[in-house]
Amino acid sequence: MELRAGELLDMYYYLVLSRTFEERVSTLYKQGRVKAGVFSGIGQEAICVGTCYGLEDEDFVAPAHRDLGVFLVKGVSPRAIMAQLYGRATGLSGGKDSALHAGEPELNVFGTTSMLGAQICVTTGAALAFKMRKQPHVAVSYFGEGASARGDFHEALNFAGVHRLPCIFVCENNYYAYSTPLPLQMACDNVADRALGYGFAGKVVEGNDILAVWHTMREALYRARTGAGPTLIECKTYRWHGHSEHDKAMYRTEEEFLEWKSRDPIPRFEVYLREKRILTDEVRGDVAEQARKVVADAVEYAEHAPDPTAADAETNVFGPPQAAE
Amino acid sequence: MPETTYIQAISDALREEMERDERVFVLGEDVGAYGGAFGVTKGFVEKFGFYRCLDTPISESLIIGAAIGAALMGFRPVAEMQFADFISCGFDQLCNQAGTLRYRYDGRVCCPIVVRAPSGGGVGGGPYHSQNPEGWFCHTPGLKVVAPAFPDDAKGLLKAAIRDDDPVLYFENKYLYRRIKGEVPEGDWATPLGQARLVREGADASVIAYGSAVHHALAAAELLAPDGVSVEVLDLRSLVPLDKQAVLDTVRKTGHAVIVHEDWLRCGFGAEVAAILAEEAIDVLDGPIVRVASQDTPIPFAPALEEAHLPNPTKIVAAVKKTLRAET
Repeated sequence: MELRAGELLDMYYYLVLSRTFEERVSTLYKQGRVKAGVFSGIGQEAICVGTCYGLEDEDFVAPAHRDLGVFLVKGVSPRAIMAQLYGRATGLSGGKDSALHAGEPELNVFGTTSMLGAQICVTTGAALAFKMRKQPHVAVSYFGEGASARGDFHEALNFAGVHRLPCIFVCENNYYAYSTPLPLQMACDNVADRALGYGFAGKVVEGNDILAVWHTMREALYRARTGAGPTLIECKTYRWHGHSEHDKAMYRTEEEFLEWKSRDPIPRFEVYLREKRILTDEVRGDVAEQARKVVADAVEYAEHAPDPTAADAETNVFGPPQAAE
Repeated sequence: MPETTYIQAISDALREEMERDERVFVLGEDVGAYGGAFGVTKGFVEKFGFYRCLDTPISESLIIGAAIGAALMGFRPVAEMQFADFISCGFDQLCNQAGTLRYRYDGRVCCPIVVRAPSGGGVGGGPYHSQNPEGWFCHTPGLKVVAPAFPDDAKGLLKAAIRDDDPVLYFENKYLYRRIKGEVPEGDWATPLGQARLVREGADASVIAYGSAVHHALAAAELLAPDGVSVEVLDLRSLVPLDKQAVLDTVRKTGHAVIVHEDWLRCGFGAEVAAILAEEAIDVLDGPIVRVASQDTPIPFAPALEEAHLPNPTKIVAAVKKTLRAET
């Protein structure tokens, strides 16, 4: 399966939109306008876009804390996401949680908690539901290599392997769990190597190459939708910012950062698109302008959205009382 | 009407709900062909098929997490913890995931899972097969907690839990499984969550209990009756939501409150009930609020130690006498 020009441009747009959105949020955070913890995925955008592009609404995704692109590609409203970061009543959580700890049930987007990796178990449950109903849908979980040290990762992949569930486990290996470098996180070479222990395939892919990510995801989707079971995809990447915006990431060298910055997924994709004569300077400018407009609109919306009130603090802990009959 | 054991009532409730609603399924350790460690799901695989009574690896976090994921996709899973003690391994999924979902989505999702937790001592189970960890979860927002004492409530509360749109922890007491029998009405009914049950009327003191402690309380009431002490026993049945009105009503009536449970004393649910009484009924109390609960130690194995550890009718009698003595 090959991507058509329009699809390639679409993917490019989502890359640019993710970058533009997050750069704006970073500034808003420094200005004190966004008060939520901001966990930037800048530098890693190709993974979210490359894995999510082409998923169906019915497919379940469990993005991790810096997976803005999953929200955007799946179709969550940028206004609602921005309002979420502002803690507004019209945000995805109605102000009850911050950052990307939220989702859009209608699009089957279910964000993470701060207990990273917990959502991998939840993802297998969604996949189990699809399998029980004999539906051709897929459940995709996102997590960093840091979360792959959690027991939940092991429990979930083991279970998914046992039942050949339609699950795809997307590991975004950005080499640091907050500040802890890879050699202090794991003794094997690749997170993907662990898949062997669960009885299914593990693939390593250059996470900053959106087409490589997309093609690897196609294979995994095919396996999942045809009953061949789960796949673990490890995408090697690098986060440009610190763990969150307050973190200056002094635990890594400038050389390392610059080396990875030179592997920026966006210019890399642009080279390909120009070679294919899909991207021109004019188109590039149009895409940038469109992304800028969407983000500006989201900010404008969030700036003027109402805050929740004290009366909302105790709502929606439980549902309304139900008749037991 | 024929009598049903407490454990049979649990099994009946599960089976009937699975017959009634194809969204209901069971998952847990050894629940499949083996039928569960205590036999609650015996015959279920044959009747409902592989996936609706699904054996899982020993992975409590996965069991609860997968139940949550299936619930988000429209199922109503019933997860079995083989022993309530093992629920600690699934603590995060329950408290940080299931309990927060509705709130984090500001009401746009719900998490209709039930976690069955065989709990309680008196069976020589030692530290890891005897626990009553309901207190942890009563403390956590977003989780409902029930603990039946009788077969009819074992059935009715499980049905209500399965039909409820929020996560419900269902603490079933292992000691009661085959020791307690009772009449269980036929038909499609459920015990509403959040309603206590007055199981013995009395005038002099109220014993507020749940689970196995209800039976100890009833035995204590019998022991006190010949002395002319009339004890009222309130079975809470549901801890979250709590029937606060029933608690206040019985204590207003008798002026004395003894709270009994098998969970540990310190910060146990009895402390919450005592606090409610202190805040809202101090003016009607004629004696101190007295709690009877397990000793604040790991649950010991040897019979003599376990007997010392657990609440029993003798301890409740002493507690009732203590609060009544203070009156004179």
